[in-house]
Amino acid sequence: MTDVMTPGLAVGRLPAEVLAENFDDLHPALTPHEAVVAADRCYFCHDAPCVTACPTDIDIPLFIRQISTGTPEAAARTIFDQNILGGMCARVCPTEDLCEGACVREMAEGKPVEIGRLQRHATDTLMAQQGHPFTRAAETGKRVAVIGAGPAGLACAHRLAMLGHDVVLLEAKGKAGGLNEFGIAAYKATDDIAAREVEWLMGIGGIELHTGQILGESFQLEEVAGSFDAVFLGTGLSGVNALGVAGEDLDDVVDAVRFIAHLRQAKDLTELPIGRNVVVIGGGMTAIDAAVQSKLLGAQNVTVAYRRGRDQMGASRYEQDLAASKGVNLMFNVQPKEAHADEDEYLAEVELEYTADDGSGLKGTGETVRLPADQLFTAIGQTLTLDAGLELDGRKIAVGPTGRTSREGVWAGGDCTPGDDLTVVAVAEGRDAAMDIHATLMGAN
Amino acid sequence: MADLTTDFLGIKSPNPFWLASAPPTDKEYNVRRAFEAGWGGVVWKTLGAEGPPVVNVNGPRYGAIYGADRRLLGLNNIELITDRPLETNLEEMARVKADYPDRALIASIMVPCEEQAWKDILPRVAETNADGIELNFGCPHGMSERGMGAAVGQVPEYIEMVTRWCKQYYDRPVIVKLTPNITDVRKPALAAKNGGADAVSLINTINSITSVNLDTMSPEPSIDGKGSHGGYCGPAVKPIAMSMVSEIARHEPTHGLPISGIGGITTWRDAAEFMALGCGNVQVCTAVMTYGFKIVQEMISGLSQWMDEKGHTNTSDFIGMAVPNVTDWQYLNLNYIAKAKIDQDACISCGRCYAACEDTSHQAIAMSEDRTFTVIDEECVACNLCVDVCPVQDCITMEQMAPGTVDPRTGKVVEKDYANWTTHPNNPGAVAAE
Repeated sequence: MTDVMTPGLAVGRLPAEVLAENFDDLHPALTPHEAVVAADRCYFCHDAPCVTACPTDIDIPLFIRQISTGTPEAAARTIFDQNILGGMCARVCPTEDLCEGACVREMAEGKPVEIGRLQRHATDTLMAQQGHPFTRAAETGKRVAVIGAGPAGLACAHRLAMLGHDVVLLEAKGKAGGLNEFGIAAYKATDDIAAREVEWLMGIGGIELHTGQILGESFQLEEVAGSFDAVFLGTGLSGVNALGVAGEDLDDVVDAVRFIAHLRQAKDLTELPIGRNVVVIGGGMTAIDAAVQSKLLGAQNVTVAYRRGRDQMGASRYEQDLAASKGVNLMFNVQPKEAHADEDEYLAEVELEYTADDGSGLKGTGETVRLPADQLFTAIGQTLTLDAGLELDGRKIAVGPTGRTSREGVWAGGDCTPGDDLTVVAVAEGRDAAMDIHATLMGAN
Repeated sequence: MADLTTDFLGIKSPNPFWLASAPPTDKEYNVRRAFEAGWGGVVWKTLGAEGPPVVNVNGPRYGAIYGADRRLLGLNNIELITDRPLETNLEEMARVKADYPDRALIASIMVPCEEQAWKDILPRVAETNADGIELNFGCPHGMSERGMGAAVGQVPEYIEMVTRWCKQYYDRPVIVKLTPNITDVRKPALAAKNGGADAVSLINTINSITSVNLDTMSPEPSIDGKGSHGGYCGPAVKPIAMSMVSEIARHEPTHGLPISGIGGITTWRDAAEFMALGCGNVQVCTAVMTYGFKIVQEMISGLSQWMDEKGHTNTSDFIGMAVPNVTDWQYLNLNYIAKAKIDQDACISCGRCYAACEDTSHQAIAMSEDRTFTVIDEECVACNLCVDVCPVQDCITMEQMAPGTVDPRTGKVVEKDYANWTTHPNNPGAVAAE
């Protein structure tokens, strides 16, 4: 019988009911009473630090007060006014680094107001009701192409549609949602929330979704720029960085993003193979999401190997603690040196080299350690693969403050542009670009 | 350990905590449980005249006001006096008193404003061996429509008259319970005293509607779509009650009249405050209706600890100690000048002080880019609003300015001598200092 001790890759290490429990909501929804109690802790700060910390500038004290007075629907409108993906952001935002990290009660007592869960309470309440909370303005007759149906593209499309423009949303994958649908740990996006949210968002009307449309293959930027009044690029980062070590071409060395996408789309988690020993290379949220989910699938030993110290880790302390609580081993100051295969050419061990920074940059110390590994997930960053002739800023598309690219009539936002690669940042960028597109098309600029 | 034994009108009880005449004291079963829990005394639920008892509504009797986490802050009720036969209550009272001779047992009475009615009931109450009676002149709902309760308590002449009858036909202490639904509580208190009352107890409940149901447009508590004002009580009424108690305690003609304090007393601290304002003991109701009889344990331990800390060996040591400090506005020292001070280490930068001061007061708090909040002494009138809205205790304090220093707001030197409105030059009726 297969269990956590079964060597190599195996499916069904844990029974279905354990898997269901493992992948259940990380932060279950607040009941109405819990929400009122949690809301009551908000001090309704003047010029509140939580709002400043929110990339989408949601009026947090206002929506919390609306919850406390028994109008979660009004609270949800306050949220959606700024962030139409407020439902997903309530689940996936690293609130400990954003609103909750800035909450004065965090400073006062180390226990911030539960802003994320309150936001979820409000947005869940309104989304469970019939209909869409916003109505479209009169049609403008303008047509905008939005390329990429991830958080940035969806936010942009919704805002444009609301303002009366017709939007054609072109998505490369077979399904809209972007990383909300294909990335992000499953226990943060239960009950098919990403897909439900897209459907709900489309309820505004005026958005035509076309899937399987790959920019550069199915169509060219030139074409859409010529046939639409404006274009928004929210294509994300579809490439991944290579490890650059021997053995990385072995079968069981896999890009963590792909592993997570596979897991998120799996119909039955008991059918998903996972190694007994899993090593994840990287230090961001993707690394943590891959590692924790490996553990929850039944891997016996899961290690996150990060080349720098704990403080430099991209994943928040909260995420690190979450991983540790699930039994993930966090290793710091180690970098991959080689992936070793056994005689059958299956991945067997990962060799890591310790690192140190003597002030002149991070270097290997020469000392190495080998970890048994049936699977190696790489989560060392994603890259822009789009080559549409746009000016770049470093390795991303250069944009102005409202997302204007170097090409007139083309805006961009989300992970393909500079800034933090967060859902909430992508939403803000998509929304702001939409407002600028609107102003431009309507002749205000 | 401090001695909590209290002697109120010669009635001894092991502690000053009595249960007020109310639903918790309606029957033997409750009162025995209360005494077992440690309550020092009980004022039995108000008795009515012989005959068919009153009837209560058969829907909700109570409505509530909540604070955070459904903490009950205020309760209103439309229950009437006891709806059990007089004889049943009297028999039970006699049994309980016999079994608990060390506890105070007071009979609350409300009968029509006719001498014969009082003459009839008083000897029967006396037979129970109750320690005294309390005249319910306060109940604001139902009974008042029938010329009893607050309808009597609002007419000082009636109070005096009925009190006199009671003193005539009953030989133990008579306490007159006062209604707060009146303009000047000193008038009924004086009437009670003139009628020979041994004490007054206050406050009874306040006319109130706790809420309106916005679906049915009925006041709450709602009986078949209609509501009636009920009597408000609980922590929310404590400030009103204490003010009324202090008025009686410091008013020359009523000063010294024993007072039993009632109104939102929930903790030992509330009790101590009422007693400091001149109450010989206190009566509790809403707190036990919210938490049960057990809270008396905290009241006993808390009052004992505080008395020990302050060196009080007996409750009489501190009763009335705060009365001399209650005065009229016109006698407050206008030369006492303070400024708000924000403890930057304690500040959590919520900015509530700023919003309150900037929007609604004197624009006396500055806010910097990095959310540091500081008091602008040139503008601060020491109103205390920032202290009141600050969520951090002792973060903002009012600091007295030393005499001889200059108040930057007025540019005037802070005087060391007391001076009040009565002699202030802006007062058209000022009397020249002699």
